[in-house]
Amino acid sequence: MSTLTSTNPLLQLIRRRYPDVTGKALLQSVTLPVLGIALFLIAWQLVAPQINTSLGDFPTPANVYEQAGQLWQEHQNEQDRADRYVEMQEKRNARILADNPDAETRIRPYPGAPTFIDQIFTSLKTVLAGFFLATIIAVPLGIMIGLNRYFAAAANPIIQIFKPVSPLAWLPLVTMVVSATYVSDDPMFEKSFITSMVTVTLCSLWPTLINTATGVAQVNPDLVNVSKVLRLPFWTHARKVVLPAAVPMIFTGLRVSLGIAWMVLIAAEMLAQNPGLGKFVWDEFQNGSSDSLSRIMVAVLAIGFIGYVLDRIMLMIQRKVAWDE
Amino acid sequence: MSKSHLELTGVSMSFDTPQGPFQALDTINLKIRKGEFVSLIGHSGCGKSTVLNIVAGLLQATKGGCVLDGHEVNTPGPERAVVFQNHALMPWLTVYENVELAVRQVFRKTMTKRERTDWILHNLELVNMAHARDKRPGEISGGMAQRVGIARALSMRPSVLLMDEPFGALDALTRAHLQDALMEIQQDLNSTVIMITHDVDEAVLLSDRIVMMTNGPAATVGEELTIDLPRPRNRVTLADDPEYVHYRQAVLRFLYEKQRFPGKGDKAPQASTPTEEADSTAPESPVEVKAPEPQPTSAKTKKPVATAVQN
Ligand SMILES: Nc1ncnc2c1ncn2[C@@H]1O[C@H](COP(=O)(O)OP(=O)(O)O)[C@@H](O)[C@H]1O
Ligand SMILES: [Mg+2]
Repeated sequence: MSTLTSTNPLLQLIRRRYPDVTGKALLQSVTLPVLGIALFLIAWQLVAPQINTSLGDFPTPANVYEQAGQLWQEHQNEQDRADRYVEMQEKRNARILADNPDAETRIRPYPGAPTFIDQIFTSLKTVLAGFFLATIIAVPLGIMIGLNRYFAAAANPIIQIFKPVSPLAWLPLVTMVVSATYVSDDPMFEKSFITSMVTVTLCSLWPTLINTATGVAQVNPDLVNVSKVLRLPFWTHARKVVLPAAVPMIFTGLRVSLGIAWMVLIAAEMLAQNPGLGKFVWDEFQNGSSDSLSRIMVAVLAIGFIGYVLDRIMLMIQRKVAWDE
Repeated sequence: MSKSHLELTGVSMSFDTPQGPFQALDTINLKIRKGEFVSLIGHSGCGKSTVLNIVAGLLQATKGGCVLDGHEVNTPGPERAVVFQNHALMPWLTVYENVELAVRQVFRKTMTKRERTDWILHNLELVNMAHARDKRPGEISGGMAQRVGIARALSMRPSVLLMDEPFGALDALTRAHLQDALMEIQQDLNSTVIMITHDVDEAVLLSDRIVMMTNGPAATVGEELTIDLPRPRNRVTLADDPEYVHYRQAVLRFLYEKQRFPGKGDKAPQASTPTEEADSTAPESPVEVKAPEPQPTSAKTKKPVATAVQN
């Protein structure tokens, strides 16, 4: 651990950020996580060769690292190819236009298979869309439930029953319903995107809904009385008193929801063969090459890391928006 | 100004509880003149807040009713502004925005935006809080927050100001400052005030009349005491004024002799320390009181009514 001297730029940065943290605590706050990761990697390295599968030994950290580089390289290559493909078409179009200025030209997109990186972005887009949809349903509904005792009593059994449903159960139903109802000659979104998104929405909406309702029901009665004395109209009351009062609780719910959304999405993509990281994992599994397990492990780590980053982003937004932080 | 402005007639209140109905108030009759400052005093749990909430319209009396300027009170409204014990400011709004919420709602049709801004600042200045206009309740002291609560209530230009133990949660020094500020404002605006307190000195110092409530259940008005002390009142000079001492004793006698203590666990009303100290210290002349720098040791008893309040 010779890197942990005071000349370490990371350490200096931390020290500048948290000036009141003592040297010892600071050292611990850096060394302990590093130590944890190191021990994990060592254990992994030791255990991996002991696990023999039909696709060879379980990948070691080094294998995984290598495959991560490989996947990145494949992505770069594909992009180069795509660029060249488009360039070629542009040149051809230019030639056609030179011959005949009125000619109609078009550029077809590169038909290559999506890379690991492409799948990451597909998954991110889907999860954010599903989470957004869940939020715009759950927050207003939660406010209504929290404001009205009768409504709450009526909604409670439905919430309790649907909350624990796994995405795997929803998926066939959603797929069939989307196929039947989402018909258009020139669809703005692909069906698979809609299916994944709706499944994510159905599974992730509950924590936000429940937390919003609880937050709203628990608004300080004095504040509600202020609102009554002022005779605030219902919408002003909801917007100016209830919603801000419930914001801390709502954000706690949103963070749980986003975590669930991300987990559910991977499962849904895997099961439904919808584009995304889940499909990447499934394809590699079906592929069954000697590198497959390493590549799946790269995906596992990427899924975990992205989930972590998403939660951090939510936390940052929460700190900006919520008044109690 | 002697016509009855606010009138409670035969107000009874019974709450539905899991153990059956609980009779909290029984036949409360009360007439209050415009500009009068009335204190409600009584042991904890006797029903003071219930009376205030009925006047505010936040509770409905089971029998009898409350009439303000000839209109029966059924719902809450800004003409009966309430100052809550724990300021009840929206924690996510700044001091200015908290008052603005009230002013915009009450005067959105009768004032221009400019006038509303001036009116908000005017009310913050009344309680000496304009300097903290952009702070949030979490960033100011309890005494300051309570002042903003008072400014918000005043900004509604209420016919009656209802205060439920407005200074109960504050330390003695801050409380004295705010009492003085309130006396001054009430004199300037000639507003009608009903204040709940369980502080005997506070009641005598501030009130035109003290309404003493009997212990619950089925609490009612036990005695009424008109406080005929000239205004402006100065807490220091009053401390050993024989009339003041007499009023104080009358209230104490009611609370501690005529009304026995309610069950254990309840807070008993108490005479606050400032006047106790003032009793034992040498009386100060008004001239001395005007000294610009109050000594920290006796600042709480020395604070002159006319001095700007800050904490
Ligand atoms: N909503 C309610 N339901 C049942 N009992 C209540 C309710 N509100 C007040 N009470 C009872 O009424 C009595 C008077 O309460 P309150 O007016 O708050 O007393 P005070 O303000 O004088 O301390 C108390 O015994 C209290 O327990
Ligand atoms: Mg009370």
